[in-house]
Amino acid sequence: MTFAREWPALRPIVRLDLVGETGKKTSLYDYHLSLGAKMVPFGGFEMPVQYSGIIDEHLSVREAVGLFDLSHMGEFVISGSRAASFLQQMTTNDINAVQIGQAQYTAICNENGGIIDDCVLYRFSDHYLLVVNASNIEKDFGWLESNIQGEVLLKDRSDDFSLIAIQGPHSLDLICQVVSNPEEVKSLPFYWHCESVVAGAHVICARTGYTGELGYEIYINGEEAEPVWNILLEEGASLGVKPVGLGARDTLRVEMKYCLYGNDIDENTNPIEAGLGWITKLEKGDFVGKAAIAKVQSDGPERKLIGFELSDRSIARHGYSAICNGNIIGIVTSGTHSPTLGKSIGMAYVDSFHASTGTELEIDVRGKVIPATVVKTPFWTKGTATKIV
Amino acid sequence: MNIPPNLCYSESHEWILIENDIATVGITDYAQGELGDIVYFELPGVGSEAVKGEPFGTIEAVKTVTDLYAPMSGTVAEINSTLLDEPELANQDPYGKGWIIKIGLSISVQSKNLLSADEYSDIVG
Repeated sequence: MTFAREWPALRPIVRLDLVGETGKKTSLYDYHLSLGAKMVPFGGFEMPVQYSGIIDEHLSVREAVGLFDLSHMGEFVISGSRAASFLQQMTTNDINAVQIGQAQYTAICNENGGIIDDCVLYRFSDHYLLVVNASNIEKDFGWLESNIQGEVLLKDRSDDFSLIAIQGPHSLDLICQVVSNPEEVKSLPFYWHCESVVAGAHVICARTGYTGELGYEIYINGEEAEPVWNILLEEGASLGVKPVGLGARDTLRVEMKYCLYGNDIDENTNPIEAGLGWITKLEKGDFVGKAAIAKVQSDGPERKLIGFELSDRSIARHGYSAICNGNIIGIVTSGTHSPTLGKSIGMAYVDSFHASTGTELEIDVRGKVIPATVVKTPFWTKGTATKIV
Repeated sequence: MNIPPNLCYSESHEWILIENDIATVGITDYAQGELGDIVYFELPGVGSEAVKGEPFGTIEAVKTVTDLYAPMSGTVAEINSTLLDEPELANQDPYGKGWIIKIGLSISVQSKNLLSADEYSDIVG
C-alpha cells in the first residue's frame, strides 16, 4: 500500500481543482485538532474530514445528531432597492416565491445554462443572504458583481461568518436546549429561519441542511463560533452528539443524491440534466441562462444524472465509465459505500436512453466491469428533513 | 500506535508473520488508521501466485482505494474469507482477525528485506 506518499487518496472530496493556494483556518480549527480530527485541504480551507470515523459519524447523523463546522462556505449579503430583481435575473429559482424568513435552494447559471454554482438564498426584511460553495466564492462574486444593474449592494461577508450545522433526528432537541427562543425555533418549517441567541451570540438559525435529516444551520459572527460549538457539544452529550467531518457529509449527501459542486455539477452541466429542473423556473420571466435551459427542456436532455447501485461492494468513484453492451454510455460523478443501506451506490450522467429506473448497466472499476442497476433516488428514503415537528 | 515486536513489516505498511514456510500477511495498525473505514477487499484466488512487490489485491475504504502489495513471493495458500463479509475486521483487529492472506513460500525465505518493528516504527513514527 502506498498511500503514505500518494495520499491524494481522498479524491472524491479533495479534488485538486478545489484546493486553494492557502489553507485558511476556520475559527474552530484548534477544536478540530483537539477532537482528533484528520484535516484536509478543501475549498481553500483546512477542514476536518473525519473524527471518530466516517461510518460512525454518518450513522450518528442518521440516528442521533451530528455537528458540522461549515465555516468555509461563502456568504454574500445583497441589499438595495433592486436586490430582488437582480437575484431574479441571476438565479434560476423564482425569487418571488421566497418570503421574509424563508430560504430557497437555487442555482447561478451562465448564458449557456451551465451551472456556475448552486446556493441557498435566505430572505430577511431588508436584505438577502446568498450562501455559496467555498471553492466558488471569488468566481461567484466576480460574476454577480459584473452583472449588477441599478441600485444593488453586494458584499462578500464570507470571512465574517462562521457556520455550524446540527443535523439528525435529535437536532431539534439539542437546539432547543441552547437557543433563547426554543418555541420559535421549534415552529420553523423546513427551509425557514429566524434570529436567535446562543451562548450570548446573536445568530441566524435556519432549518436547512445537506444530510436529508431534520437539521439546523447556525450562522454566527466568526469570533463567537467557539462558545456556540462548545455549548452544542456539551448539551448534546446526552443526546449522543458527535462532531462530523466532510467525509460523512459526502456519504450523507450521496445517499440523498444531493449534488456536490465540482463533482456532479459544474459549468458544463445544466440544471435539467442534473435533475435540478425543480429549482429552474422557466415561467418566471427572463434570467441568465434561460434560453439555453429552455431549449434543453423542450428538446429533452441528452443525458441525465441518475442513481445506481453496484452489484458488489467495490466503489464506483468519480470519473469511472458507465458501460452498456460494451459501449461507454456515461460517467460516474460520485460514488460511495452507503453506511445506512450497506450497499455500494453512486451517481452518474448516462445518456437519456439508459436513464430509466431498472436499467442494467456496468461500471468500469479500474478495469473490472461490475454490474450496476439504475435505481430510484434518493437512495435513503426515510430521512427526517421535512418532517413536521 | 500498535506495532507488535514479533512481526516483520514492509515499507508499504503490510505486516508479515513467518511460521515455517507460511507467511501470514495483513495491514498495520497505522495503515488501517490512515485508510479509515474499510468497506471491501478484493483478494486473489487460493493457488494464485503472489509476486514480491506486485499488487495481489485491493482495499476499498470509504474515501480511498489502494492496492495491496505482496511482501514476499509464493503461492496464495489461504485467504481470510471472513473479510469479504466483515472488512471492518481489518480496522478493528489488524494483527488478529483482520489478517488478509497466507502465502506458501516455495523456498525457505528468511525475513531479509523486511523491516523489524523498530525499523517500521521509525518510518511511521
